[in-house]
Parts: sequence; structure tokens; C-alpha cells
Amino acid sequence: MGNLGKWIIAAALLGLAACNDPSRLGDGMGGAAAGSGTFAPGSASDPRSPIFFQEAIGDRVFFANDQSGLSPEARATLDGQSQWLLTNTDYTAVIEGHADEKGTREYNLALGARRANTVREYLVTSGVPASRLKTISYGKERPIEICSVEACYSKNRRAVTVLAGGLTG
Amino acid sequence: MTRFLVSLLLGATLLAAPVAAQDGPLRIEITEGVIEPLPFAVPDFVPDNPAAAQAAKDLARVVAADLTGTGLFREIPASAHIGSVSDFNAPVQYADWKAVNAQALITGAVSVSGQNLTVRFRVYDVFSGAELGSGLQFAGTVDGWRRMAHKVADQVYSRITGEGGYFDSRVVFVSETGPKNQRRKRLAIMDYDGANIKYLTDSAELVLAPRFSPTGDRVLYTSYESDFPRIYVLDVDAVERRALQTAEGTMSFSPRFSPDGRTVAFSLERGGNTDIYTLDIASGQQTRLTSTPAIETAPSYSPDGTQMVFESDRSGAPQLYIMPASGGEAKRISFGQGRYGTPVWSPRGDLIAFTKQNKGRFHIGVMRTDGSEERLLTASFLDEGPTWAPNGRVIMFARETQGADGRSTLYSVDITGRNLKQIRTPEGASDPSWSPLQN
Repeated sequence: MGNLGKWIIAAALLGLAACNDPSRLGDGMGGAAAGSGTFAPGSASDPRSPIFFQEAIGDRVFFANDQSGLSPEARATLDGQSQWLLTNTDYTAVIEGHADEKGTREYNLALGARRANTVREYLVTSGVPASRLKTISYGKERPIEICSVEACYSKNRRAVTVLAGGLTG
Repeated sequence: MTRFLVSLLLGATLLAAPVAAQDGPLRIEITEGVIEPLPFAVPDFVPDNPAAAQAAKDLARVVAADLTGTGLFREIPASAHIGSVSDFNAPVQYADWKAVNAQALITGAVSVSGQNLTVRFRVYDVFSGAELGSGLQFAGTVDGWRRMAHKVADQVYSRITGEGGYFDSRVVFVSETGPKNQRRKRLAIMDYDGANIKYLTDSAELVLAPRFSPTGDRVLYTSYESDFPRIYVLDVDAVERRALQTAEGTMSFSPRFSPDGRTVAFSLERGGNTDIYTLDIASGQQTRLTSTPAIETAPSYSPDGTQMVFESDRSGAPQLYIMPASGGEAKRISFGQGRYGTPVWSPRGDLIAFTKQNKGRFHIGVMRTDGSEERLLTASFLDEGPTWAPNGRVIMFARETQGADGRSTLYSVDITGRNLKQIRTPEGASDPSWSPLQN
């Protein structure tokens, strides 16, 4: 499937340990009967697909400098994520917290954890079972953007909800 | 590891009281706002046998590099020498060395027998016309010749400055390759001057912030080896590692040894909140030291083990605090503008080094343990993570350059703010931790 290749590229861009753990890219893709037939199962237009989650709903939310509070935009994204997770119960997720480079390494690890946990708590409050959500922090170790100005920093201060098909074989 | 024999060539009191040798004019007061570097000469050491010929030259060069590298000494190059030393035991022709304005003269002799190498050396105060301290001998291996040069240089430095030396020491750090968004990191160890680099992990997983044990035989660090950040302890000689047992499902990082090497202070994150804990290595008993909703991290013990300085954002932004090593009420010590992090207690106990972020710039600084007399030693786009030389006079840290091509390298600077210089490493480098003096 071409989509799988696309997934791996996307995962690599996100700095995921994709090659170590293929299951986190979604075992659910193959088995999930997509139904209506107006779109290709597993494609970006399939609302049950991880790509839909990633691209249409948005797999990440962004934070203000040194903050872990959620903006209205972030809440809207997370509302979409929780709906998707409540519908697609085969999936678990790891929420990755990240920081920009303007901080010390260990503080930023703690800050990334704080951001990831904020997202997790929001999703749990929205009804997603806590058992399906884990967090991890990468601090400033895995930036998406590499320039040293706010335009890049604002994209690096993020929490990314990474799906894994942990519940079905 | 190499064992060194130390023996006095002359029956004097050098080892017991190296400080007593500084009454003469040949003295550098590091704490004064100097400095015109002290001129010295170190002619090639005398080979006792043909097998020692190369080592005799090389040792003298490393001694000279150590001393010059402090910024406190200036070498009179061999091309300017009038006199020479071809017999280690012959009387020194002081006039020859005065004429080239060498205030200190270091002579040495080297013998090599199989894998064994012995070096003897003497230090002379040229203008007083007297030996400074007594001759001394170090014995080790041919492969360990650089260490013996560092030991000689440590002695020379101590006799002239009255401070402990720091050349016979190592640095463990994170070696880095690749661009910022695909950076690969592995642990590496090297001599303090960048020589003898050796890699301790591969680049398969992310590793962060190694810290030496008080005796330099073990290293604590954080690794994502299990796909989740947790603390590992690595035996340096055997290059064997094991994970420290901390609570499941939580992120543990920022580990530091206590001065007796038995306890690890570290940060543990639970539900988004990071606090400081200690772990007794032998018993596995874990104790929570802080319990606020703030981020508490980067602990560092006082040299006597009774207190701990750490970083907390409980006031709204990261600041430095000191608390008893067993936990309890913490007292804030940083009050300047900006954000303070990564405090490290000096091995002398008098100062705390830190990273400060203010108005878009990063600084390495020092302050007294009550927070007074803050001094910023550096400024750049991103300076971070100070570590102390064994004598508490020099700080090493990492500097990352700006932008898409940003790269991290190691620098050192005196606590006076002088003598900022880069430590050459084959790859990028970050998170240095300076060992104690080796045995």
C-alpha cells in the first residue's frame, strides 16, 4: 500500500521510533472496515484512518512560550481527537511533549512532560479512557523546525498525539 | 587502570605541604584581577635511554600545553632558549634562563622500559635561583604517557598558584552528529584537553546529561533506550550499564551522585509534575524530597553532602533554591532578572555555577551559596550546563550556535571570566561533566 509508505515518511518527520515499533503506525488500518465506499479505506479521506486523524483533525497542539495551557484552537483540535478516539476504540495513543530550544535541557524535559500531561488530562476529561493514553517528553531534543526564530519555535512547542494500534492484532 | 607510584627524589616535605613552597616571588594569585601570564620554559625532557627519546619530547609538550592553556602561563619557546638541559641532575644555569625572561623552568627526565614509563621532574624559580619544591617522580605505562605529563603539570600549577591542579582529569559528555531535527547522540569520554576520546554508547538511542561519580569510576545518565526516558548507571572501565529502578510508568532524569557515591538525586515526573527524589543505590529505597506542583529538577549536592541546590519554577519562572539534602524547607537564592537553571555546586563549596537566560541570551555564571556576588562569565545565543574543574577554578559548558546549522561544542572559562576557549572534539558535543582528579 502506498499509504503505508506515506505513513512511515510522516512518522520519520515526527521523529518517531517508527522502525522500532511498527505497531504504533496502526494495525487497525488493515482490519478496519471503512464502510460507506465513497472513499478509499485507510486514505486521508477515510475518517477512520490515522491519516485523517493526523491531517484533518490535527495530531498536534501548540503552546505559548514556557506555557502548558491550552489555547481555544488547541481545545478544538483536542475535541476532534477525543471524538476520533472514542469512535476508533482500537487505538491507543502516546502523547509526546516537546519544547523549543530556548531553555535548559532538563527543564525542557519537565516542561514537555507538563504539556503532554495537559493534553492527556483534556482527552481523559472528554471521555477517552486513561488506560489508552500514555505520555512521554522529548524536551528540546526533537524539533520539527530548525530555524532559531519564533516562527520555528512556535511549531516546536507542541504536544503530538501519536496513534498506536495496540488493542487489535 | 594505570597505577602511579609517587616518590620523592629528595627528602623534602612536598607532598605534605605543597603550599609551603610558594613563599618566594614565583607565585600567581588566581583570584586577583591579573593577569600578565607568567613566562616559563620547559625544554625537552632528558631521555634516560634511547627508548624514551620520543616520550621525553612529547611529555614536555603536553606539560607546556597544560600550563599555557590555563591562560596563567606563557611559554618561552625553545627557539628563544639560550641554554639547554642535557643532564637532569646537573646544576641549572640560571643566567641562561633569566636572559630569556623565563621566570619558571621545568626540567624532566624520562625512562622507558618495556611498557613502563617513569618521569622525574623539577621546577625552578629562575629569578630566586632556587628549586621550587622538590623533585618528584611518577611511574606509569607508555600508553598512559599523557597522564604522567598531566600529573607533572598539575604539580607545577599547584606549586606556583597554591591551588589544586586539574589536568589529570577526564570529561564525560554527549557527542552529537547530524542536524538539529535528526541529531544522534552518544556518550563519550575524553581527557580534559580532548585527547584519548572513547565512545561509551552507540547512537541508537537518545542519551542525555551524563554525570561522573565522585571517584570518576561510574557515570549516571538519562537514556531513551527502553523507548522511555530513565536513568542508567555505567561502569566506565567495563563500559557496562544498568537501569536504575525507579517507579514504573514515570519519566526519571537529571541524576546526580551524592558526594559519598551511595545516593542518586534525580527528577521523577508523574502526571506532568516533576519533583526531586533520592534513591539509595544499595537498598533501592526511594525518597521524595519536594512536593510542589512546580517543576523541580537539576539537583546538585554540596561537597559535604548536607545540602542540595536545585532549580524550581515554583515562583513562576525557574530560579535556584537550596534545601537540606534530606528534603525540607527550600530557600531561594537567585533573585536577579531572568531565568536560572542547571545549578552545580563547586567542589570547593564556595560557589554555585548556573545557566542564566535573560533578554534572549544565555549566560554561564557563578554566585555565592547565599546568592550574593552573582557574576556572569559568558554570553551567547545558547550557553548551557556548567561543570566544575576538580579545583573549582575553571568551568566547562556547552555552547550551541544559532539557526538551522546550529552545532554544539564545549568551552571552558575561568571563574574570573577570562580564558574562554573551545575544547576540540571530533563531533559536536554537549552536556559535559568533569571528573575529579584521577588517582
